[in-house]
Amino acid sequence: MTQIESLLEVSHLSKKFGSVSAVSELSFSLSRSSIVGLLGGNGAGKTTTLSMILGLLEPSAGSIQLFGQDFIKNRHAVLHRMNFCSPYVDLPQRLTVSENLRVFAGLYGVKNASEKIAHLANDFRLVELMNQPIRRLSSGQKTRVSLAKALINCPEFLLLDEPTASLSPDVSHWVRSRLADYRDRTGSTILFASHDMREVELLCDHIMIMSRGRLIEQGSPEELKQHYGRDSLEEVFLELSKGREGE
Amino acid sequence: MNTSSYDRISALLLRYFFLLRSSWPRLLEIAYWPTVQMIIWGFTSLHFSQASPELTTGGILISAVLIWDSLFRSHISYTLSFLEEMWSRNLANLFVSPLRSWELILSLATVSMIRTLIGMVPAALLAIPFFGISIFDLGLPLLGFFLNLVFTGWAISQAVTGILLRYGLGAESLTWMLPFLLAPFSCIYYPLETLPNWMQLISKFLSTTYVFEGMRALILEDEWIPHLLWKALALNGIYFVVGLTLFCVALRAARRRGLLLQSGE
Repeated sequence: MTQIESLLEVSHLSKKFGSVSAVSELSFSLSRSSIVGLLGGNGAGKTTTLSMILGLLEPSAGSIQLFGQDFIKNRHAVLHRMNFCSPYVDLPQRLTVSENLRVFAGLYGVKNASEKIAHLANDFRLVELMNQPIRRLSSGQKTRVSLAKALINCPEFLLLDEPTASLSPDVSHWVRSRLADYRDRTGSTILFASHDMREVELLCDHIMIMSRGRLIEQGSPEELKQHYGRDSLEEVFLELSKGREGE
Repeated sequence: MNTSSYDRISALLLRYFFLLRSSWPRLLEIAYWPTVQMIIWGFTSLHFSQASPELTTGGILISAVLIWDSLFRSHISYTLSFLEEMWSRNLANLFVSPLRSWELILSLATVSMIRTLIGMVPAALLAIPFFGISIFDLGLPLLGFFLNLVFTGWAISQAVTGILLRYGLGAESLTWMLPFLLAPFSCIYYPLETLPNWMQLISKFLSTTYVFEGMRALILEDEWIPHLLWKALALNGIYFVVGLTLFCVALRAARRRGLLLQSGE
C-alpha cells in the first residue's frame, strides 16, 4: 500500500488509562475505497481505537495521519470529511428524524441540505418516519436514522462501531448492502468495528483482529481462512483467541 | 464540502429551537419561574411598604429580585442546554463534527441570552400593572446591571459545564447549587455593611456585589455610580477567563480519559 493510496496511517498508537493499557503500539494503514473490519472480543480495544481516530480520545503515544494531515494536532482540518455511527451515542430524542438530519446537515455544512435529506430518507426507508421523534422509533429504525446522519455529509471516511448490533438478520443484511453500495458509488473508505464474524466476512475487503489492545492478525477474509486452514472467520478468530489465552 | 462557523452555530441554534418547540413544559418553564418570583416578592414588597416603607422604596425589592434572576436564568439556560446534550447522549456526535469548542460556547451563550430575555421581559412587564413598579425606569444603567449579571451567569456556567464534562451527570446538582452559593455574599437585598467583616472580604471579590450596590445607589439615592459597574465588568472578565480555562482543561481531561463517548453518570 503506497503513501498516496493511504487514507489513514496509524503509527505506534497507544492508549493507557492509568496503569491499564487499552491499546498498545497499534500500527496500520487503510487504503482508499476499502471496507475494513476491526474484529475483537470485549475489551480488545476496538472502541478505544475508533475513539482515537475520531478525536474523542487523546492517544498516550503514536500518530494518526488522516487525509495526509496530522489528525491529533489538526483534527478540524479533516472532520468535515468523515462521520461515524455508534450504539454508544444517540441522536437528540425529542427532535424528529427530519429535524435531526437538518441540524447535522448544518453542522457539516451540507449544500442543498433538503435535497440530500430527501435522498437519504428515501435510501434508508425513512420517508414515513421523518416527522416522528427519535424516542418513538424502534432500535432498527434508530439505527437507520443514525446511518443516515453518518452519511449526511457524504463522508470519504466512515467509522462504524457495531452498526448492526441489536438488529434482526434481515435488517442487518439490508444495512450491509447499503454500506457496500455507498462504498461502490462514492469510493469512500469504511472502518467497521464488530463482534459479528459473519458480517465482517461478508462485507469487508480487509480484516484486522485485535486482542488485548494489540493487532494480532490482518489480511483479507480469504487470506486469513487459507492461512489458518479454516472454513470460516469465526474459526480463525477462535483459534487466535485460544492462542492468546495460552500466552 | 467545508463549513463556516456561521453554519455550525446556526445549526446548533436550530437544534435548541427544535427542542423548545417540541416541549411546551420547557417553553412554559422559561417564563414561569421569573414571573412567580416577581409575584411573590411583589406581594411581600406590598406588605412591607405599609409596615416598613423604607424597605421597599422605589420598588427596590422587586428590582433586586428581577435583576438577580437574570444571573440565575442566564446560568441555568446555558447549563441546561449543555445538559440536554448529555441527557440525550449526543455530545460525541457534536465533538466528532466540525463544530469547534468556541462555537459550542457561543451557541450556548446565544441560547442562554434568548431564553433569559424570554423569561425576564414578561416578568418585568407584568410588574408594571401588578405592582406599579417598572424596572425599566432605571434607564440605561439597567442594561449594564443586566449584562453584568448575565456575564457572571455564563462564567459560572463555563465552570459547571467543565465539571459536568469531567465528572459526568453525577455533578448535575452543582448547576442549581452554585449560583445560590454566591447569593448571600452578593448583597442582593442588603448593603455590603450589613455583612460581617469576613463576608465583606469575600463580597468585594464578587462582581454581583457591585451591581447591587450600584442598583441601590440609583434607586435609593438617585445616584448613578459608573465605577461600580466597571468594577463588576472587570471582575466578570476575570471570572470569564477562569471559567473558560476550567472548561478547556476539563474538555482536555475528558478527551484524555475517554469521557466524551460515555458521558453518563
